[in-house]
Amino acid sequence: MAVIGPVLALIVLVVIGAMMNSNFLSAANITNVLARSAFIGIIAVGMTFVITSGGLDLSVGSMAAFIAGLMILVMNAALPSMGVGVPIILLGMAVALIAGLAAGMLNGFLITVLGIEAFIVTLGSMGIYRSLVTWLADGGTLSLDFSLRTFYRPVYFDGILGISWPIIVFALVVIIGQIVMSRSVFGRHCAATGSNEHVAHYSNVNVNRTRLITYAALGVLVGIATIMYVPRLGSASSSTGVLWELEAIAAVIIGGTVLKGGFGRVWGTVIGVLILSLIDNILNLTDFVSPYLNGAIQGIIIILAVILQRESKAVNQ
Amino acid sequence: MSLPVLALQGVSKRFGPIEVLHSIDLTLRSGEVHALIGENGAGKSTTMKILAGYQPASEGEILLDDKVVSFGSLHDGEEAGIVMIHQEFNLAEQLSVEQNIFLGRELKKGWLLDKSEMRRRTRAYLDRVECTVDPDALVSSLSNSDKQMVEIAKALSRDARVLIMDEPTAVLTNRETGVLFDQVRALRASGTAILFTSHKLDEVAEVSDQVTVMRDGAVVHSGPASQIDEDRMATTMVGRDVSDLYPAKPRVSNDAETVLAVEGLTVPGFAQDLSFELRQGEILGIGGLIGAGRTEAMEGLCGLRTASAASVRLFGEQVQMKTPGDAQRRGLCYLTEDRKLRGLVLDWGMRENLTLQTLFRFGSFLIDGRAEEAALTQAIKEFDIRAGSRAVRVGNLSGGNQQKLLLAKVMLSEPRILIVDEPTRGIDIGTKQQIYVFLRQLAAQGHAIIMITSEMPELIGLADRVMVMRLGQIAGTLDEQAITEDSIVRLSMGLEATSSNTAADSPLAQDRLL
Repeated sequence: MAVIGPVLALIVLVVIGAMMNSNFLSAANITNVLARSAFIGIIAVGMTFVITSGGLDLSVGSMAAFIAGLMILVMNAALPSMGVGVPIILLGMAVALIAGLAAGMLNGFLITVLGIEAFIVTLGSMGIYRSLVTWLADGGTLSLDFSLRTFYRPVYFDGILGISWPIIVFALVVIIGQIVMSRSVFGRHCAATGSNEHVAHYSNVNVNRTRLITYAALGVLVGIATIMYVPRLGSASSSTGVLWELEAIAAVIIGGTVLKGGFGRVWGTVIGVLILSLIDNILNLTDFVSPYLNGAIQGIIIILAVILQRESKAVNQ
Repeated sequence: MSLPVLALQGVSKRFGPIEVLHSIDLTLRSGEVHALIGENGAGKSTTMKILAGYQPASEGEILLDDKVVSFGSLHDGEEAGIVMIHQEFNLAEQLSVEQNIFLGRELKKGWLLDKSEMRRRTRAYLDRVECTVDPDALVSSLSNSDKQMVEIAKALSRDARVLIMDEPTAVLTNRETGVLFDQVRALRASGTAILFTSHKLDEVAEVSDQVTVMRDGAVVHSGPASQIDEDRMATTMVGRDVSDLYPAKPRVSNDAETVLAVEGLTVPGFAQDLSFELRQGEILGIGGLIGAGRTEAMEGLCGLRTASAASVRLFGEQVQMKTPGDAQRRGLCYLTEDRKLRGLVLDWGMRENLTLQTLFRFGSFLIDGRAEEAALTQAIKEFDIRAGSRAVRVGNLSGGNQQKLLLAKVMLSEPRILIVDEPTRGIDIGTKQQIYVFLRQLAAQGHAIIMITSEMPELIGLADRVMVMRLGQIAGTLDEQAITEDSIVRLSMGLEATSSNTAADSPLAQDRLL
């Protein structure tokens, strides 16, 4: 049940959606759902590694907002000297990746080297980044210069063969993530660390380094998600990325990764992200249930997923 | 003679198919201090837990005031006035001293807690054991000896008829031990029956009225303390034939190369200034009581915990090993005593466990699953691992098969020096023998082995040389014929290796001053 449960739930949702609205299975709607899923999805793949190795990161939503704000500020500032063109977009992307890496490393450093609870560290950094972006935007909205926005837009809206860039990047991240998790030395070390830190230590696995890498990788993935996100709206404000961290964590758990760590699967996380997005999409397309109840339904799904996990574990023992 | 309060008659205890206590008879009388002594694993703790109602007996009867009782739960034991103080304390660390002492039977004024009264009484109990800690202090902030005193104060507060203490003096200083014994004598005078264990035989002689000696899960001596002296206690605890469980010991040649030379190894809080050597082809046994710092010292040597050393020479080369990875690369590996919490991931299968320590050999980035399977096939054959299926969850394997898998896992890193810690703990005799043969073969192939063990016969049967540790230091090293149970017990208890010089000039007398 733990393996096929999320898949079944996804199929049920697709069937319900198709029955309720004929536009549900249209190419436009599917592209829309997938593209919107991509931001949370890319972050959730990183979160899968963090949770598998026994950690948690609550700061990713604020981090994304902060990185978006930083990116916009840097690109606007460089506009007079660099002009509109590919170089300034690359500069923005580099800023996002470096800022993501630095933020992730900082979380990881505080958690592993100083040995502070992941929950506390990332709760703190969540507040810090959220506050920083509000401050940078002076309480309002940071907007990318209009000329830049027009130039950058295709990164969200265009793609290859009708598949938009966020979906392509998401797919690549998932494929790489799945291989690393299930087939690589690093993935095995993550699972060992999350399963039993002592066994990992006595087996000469560098527990701290493994954990640090998961946080750093998550930071970089937040940077990548932000690179995809900024061209969509061209702005960042204090409400950017709010609750992303909880959606990402929820997706990971729905997908069958164990919250306590020790076991994770990236493809499950993808299913989890899609389930959450589809609920949102179906509620918006139908008037059967108010879209305002979206959060409630997602909440029920998350709790159900954990109950299923626990029961399948009880059967195993 | 005073009245029997609590007694065991023909009590046996089985864990699964293994019988650990064989028909124990033991009688505690009111106003009497009873000492229970024996080696590690002799069955003292289990006996005490059965007496206190923490564990049910498999066979036999428990008599309370000459009536047969069966304690359904720990609560029944406490109701009957039986209080046990565990070796590892049973205090809620995040609560205050006062909250701990009244835990579960708080005093109330109406429906609110009567804090001032509880604090006042706590102070009074603490005063009786001359303990100056603040009743409001958190238990987590106390030293071990203060915690012990709080436990004793807690027992006093329950007006125990029977007080059972598992090594109460292990963490106490001499002065505190004196205070404790004063309280023990006061309790005895007021008619309490007291049972305690200790590895310090002089204390046993000093305070007890009755002495019971256990060995291998059976009572081998029981009688008045006046009829047994410290020397006889030690020899009674020991005295067991070493069967032909062990492979023959070939003599390590005198010109064998010294592969490991350690000088001044210190692991803060556990071991001080250890110096020793290990030669090729040798099995060096490390004996001593649990808590003597043996495990911590070896973990420190392998970079598993913080340690410092004046000099470590490995195969003639001066080395520093800060991480277990360093040690492994240099051919030194440690096999943990705790296979369930430190050795194996119980939720995983055998393949993932086998290769965890040496994953880099199975691919630099992606893991070669086929090579892993081949390694498992090889390990199952070489170490005779008997599992129902290859996919079995490791937690479902028997202890012996887990231990063989752990050994296989460590051997995959091809250590030249192997440190094994309690390699046969909790496993059956057949598997034990296989492991002994394996270790001896390994030594014969030119490896060197350090074996920490609390099982005397293992030290005698397998080790070429025995180093005994006591209180974080090397108490003595024994060679060939000098390796006897008697001398090992004596060294680990702080006596001279050879018998019968007593009191004043023994190391025990110096210890008492610490």
